[in-house]
Amino acid sequence: MTVQADDELWSAIGDPSRRQVLDLIVSNGAVSASWLAGRVPFSRQAVAKHLAVLEEAGLVSRRKQGREVLYQVAADRLDQATRAMAELAAQWDRRLATIKRLAEAAHTESRESKEEAPS
Amino acid sequence: MPGLVIVREILIDAPIDVVWRTVTEPDQVSQWFADRVDLVIEPGAHGYMRFGDQGGPVVVETVDPPTRFSFRWNHPRDEEPVVGNSMLVEFTLTPEGDERTQLRVTESGHELRAWPEAEKQRYADEHREGWGDFLDQLVTLLAKRQQG
Repeated sequence: MTVQADDELWSAIGDPSRRQVLDLIVSNGAVSASWLAGRVPFSRQAVAKHLAVLEEAGLVSRRKQGREVLYQVAADRLDQATRAMAELAAQWDRRLATIKRLAEAAHTESRESKEEAPS
Repeated sequence: MPGLVIVREILIDAPIDVVWRTVTEPDQVSQWFADRVDLVIEPGAHGYMRFGDQGGPVVVETVDPPTRFSFRWNHPRDEEPVVGNSMLVEFTLTPEGDERTQLRVTESGHELRAWPEAEKQRYADEHREGWGDFLDQLVTLLAKRQQG
């Protein structure tokens, strides 16, 4: 297929709660799970689950700082996600432009043939 | 609407029925989309789209002339496409006077349409910016990292 979507990546960023977690990490740099849990409307367990999926998809990485585990974005993978999104959008823009050209040509043609026809 | 992956629009100088035919008739679809289209435009119809030496199954979901047409694709070959294993492509046509039509396409996928309405609404309230903002943030972040 022409859409080279990375299933794991799409699934990881497709869930709105997960994206909310990812957004917070993107905006705030290295943060802990409990810091995140204080800023989202779902449970700490849910945050831990989302972090596990994001880590599995390579979108965030963790490091230990003292007694805390901090999560941060993996810029390469996010860059890849951004590019994939932009490419998908560009693909649809090209298709829409072709639809526009075809429809406008068909419309012009039918209008001209009507004008040529004797009344 | 929250959670949609891709939303693109274009304004076309042609009446809505002309645009509808361009979007849905297989001999037209093969000019703007796949190289070869084997598809009957009926809800539930199974078809196939070929792109060069690749291709895949598609299943028509909604046919509501001349305003709505949608299909699912990118699902595993041996499975029926449902919410969760496929991408949904939706075309929406809106007349702008007699000679002009706005065409909108959305492509969404995976878990995106499986959420309860309440959760969608809550997400929308909390997170109005949606993808655009998320992508902006990514771009800003990546630019910062590259400078640093």
